[in-house]
Formats: sequence, C-alpha cells, structure tokens
Amino acid sequence: MTAVIEVDHLTKRYRETLALDDVTVTFAENAITGLLGRNGAGKTTLMSIITAQNFATQGTVRAFGAEPYENAAVLSRMCFVRESQQYQDESKPHHAFAAARMFFANWDQQLAESLVEEFRLPMNRTIKKLSRGQLSAVGVIIGIASRAEITFFDEPYLGLDAVARQVFYDRLLADYASHPRTIVLSSHLIDEIAHLIENVVVIDDGRIIVDTDAESLRGEATTIVGERSAVETFTLGRRVIHTDALGNTMAATVLGQLTEADRHALTQAGLDTEPVSLQQLVVRMTQHAHQTSPMNGASR
Amino acid sequence: MVEEGRAIFLQIAQSVEDAILDGSLAEEAQAPSTNELAAFHRINPATAAKGINLLVDKGVLQKRRGIGMFVATGAREALLTERRTGFADRFLDPLLAEARAIGLSPADVADLIHQRTTSTPDPRSTP
Repeated sequence: MTAVIEVDHLTKRYRETLALDDVTVTFAENAITGLLGRNGAGKTTLMSIITAQNFATQGTVRAFGAEPYENAAVLSRMCFVRESQQYQDESKPHHAFAAARMFFANWDQQLAESLVEEFRLPMNRTIKKLSRGQLSAVGVIIGIASRAEITFFDEPYLGLDAVARQVFYDRLLADYASHPRTIVLSSHLIDEIAHLIENVVVIDDGRIIVDTDAESLRGEATTIVGERSAVETFTLGRRVIHTDALGNTMAATVLGQLTEADRHALTQAGLDTEPVSLQQLVVRMTQHAHQTSPMNGASR
Repeated sequence: MVEEGRAIFLQIAQSVEDAILDGSLAEEAQAPSTNELAAFHRINPATAAKGINLLVDKGVLQKRRGIGMFVATGAREALLTERRTGFADRFLDPLLAEARAIGLSPADVADLIHQRTTSTPDPRSTP
C-alpha cells in the first residue's frame, strides 16, 4: 500500500478539550477508506487539519508527500465536502459548481450535470432556499464531479432520503471504478457504506482504535449464543467485547477469527454463532473503548 | 445479496463458483469483470478483484492479457470434487448435531432422507 496522506503524532487541543490525541495514521492511495466514530470523536477535526482548514497543536500532516498548509499545489488536488458547507447567501447551485470547476483541474461538467438531474436539484433556486437534502446534494455533486485525487466526504448524506443516498453510493462507486482515487468517507450509517469501503479507520475520543482493511475486520467478531455456562466455558480466555443475557441464555461477542476447531467445539457444545456486522462491531468497540486495546491489522 | 460476518471476497468467489457449477457460466466462457461484479453486488472493486484473484490462484479462472478472465477447462470438475469433499463437514455435521439434540438417531435421519427423496422427485430427473 502506498500512503497518500501521512498523519504523524497529530494533536489538536481546543482550550480544555483534547480533540485529537497523538494521532498517527496513513490513508492508502486510490482506496476508499471509511472514517468512523461517534460524534465529537475527532473525525471532522482530523479531515479539516489534513485539508489545511484548521491548525494542528502538535504533529505533522503530509499529503502527496508535502505539507498542505498554504500549499496550493497540494490543496488543489484535495476536495473536502463538509457536512455544514457554507455558501454565499445569494448564490445558486450553478455558482457553486462554476467555482468548483475553476478550482479542480479534473472537474467533469457532464458528470456534474447528470448528477444534478439524478438528484433533481433545482438549479434556479438560491442555495439558502434549498432543503437540507438539496444542500447535501450540492456538496455530493461537487465531491464526485471534482474527481480530486483525494476527496473527503464528511457525513455528506444529511437530509438525503434513502433513494438519494443510494444514488450517491452507486454513482460514487461507479465513478471510482472508472477513475480510481483516494476517498475518505466519514459516516454514521456504517451498514450502508460497509461494502463500499476497502479500509476502516475508527477514531474514538481523539484516538485511533482501529486501522485495518475492511475484509479482515469482517468475521473478526462473532456473537456466541447459548446456555450460559457453555458460553462462559467457550469464551474463557477470549476477548469478550459485549455480553447480553436473557434468563439462562447468554450472548457474548468475542474478537478473533474462529478456527475450524472452534467451530467444531461450538457445534459439540450446542452453541450457535451469529455474524457481527461492521456497524455492530464499531458500536461495541466505541461503547467499550476504554477497556479495549487498539486493534491494528497486521496487513497494513 | 452479500451477507454479514463472512469475507465479501469469499462470497464473490463463491458466487462465481456457483455459476460455474450450475452451468450458467460455461468453461472457456468469459467471466464477469471486476467492475461488473462490483457494480452488481454494490461492493468496492478492490474487494471484487480479491475474489477474482482467489479463483485465478485456484486455477478456476485464467487471465488472458488484455481481454479479461475466462473459466478454465476442467474447472467445473475440480469444483465438484472440492464441494463433494466438503459436503459432510458443511451439511452433515450440523444436520447430525441437530438430529442428536432432538433425539433422532442417524438411522432415523437416513429414513427421513429416503422418504423425502421418494416423495419429492429430483427436479432435474423429471422430464
């Protein structure tokens, strides 16, 4: 893997709040990475510092091997679609697109126009009169049509209905397939994006707690369900990240891939297994993060 | 279409294998491309490529430079052998475990299988 963004010991402090705490992470070139975490975990802060829209307290950021801050050569190759993007009051969507067209060398006008149609974006309305979903569509269209070498989508779906979100995912995937580039997708709707992402970075409380490829995370947790004492026997010595109990039945979510021997032992003990989705896994890990040590894939 | 908890690239590889096994993807025919699989299953193209590469490593698919992926000659026979070898582990063990839990002996299970196969004819053997 080639790293196109390198973040090294990055710390960001807002008065008493530590938004990023000694973060070291890289983003792979031409891959789609999911940047996941709870509200206030530090996702937006991290993306805004990488795109030089915010200052680091300590540490360094490099994109394309250079510091982005006041570096037009780097910044013109990055697009940051913010959840709360500000536009000039009286401007209309086509003004925003015209500005993007001037800034991004790879801007594809035809692609932008076809997206405007698919999102049914009213082009003659001023941006401040757009609905929340239409406003999000403006950002999504800029993010896709800019074809920037690095594109950040920070929860780009606010107000978009299920149909419009599916349009976004499908068009993003199709355009990425024909024009591979680095995409960082921050989202709370993890189930919706789980299949789109190649890498996963989970940030919690300003710290990176997961940094691995999505495929190795899949099957990395399993919920073991059955009679309490049998579950307890099987999970002894394993890393249990969550348990639920109902009477004498217990469900324990354990980390670690199950081996053939494990599966055999489970069958023998009459225990059932349930898959754990990426969303459930991230919820469990960020819920119990303070008892869980960082999990980093050896494959990266 | 894609289920949770199991590596997607394995599921993609298996879906291609299933198509070869049931004959909808013939030997020597061109296999779907990475981007076609990615778009159809709505997954990351790198994941689809990983599934395809698995089948290339297994010798099920062959890369023809500049053209695409093709089903190897003899792939169906090899897959049949592999699936038959794993049949007992995948299907019989859980079946017998459930039978034991509800008090059915292996002989009872064999009888049930016999009854079922005589009352519901194999769809492929009916004219």
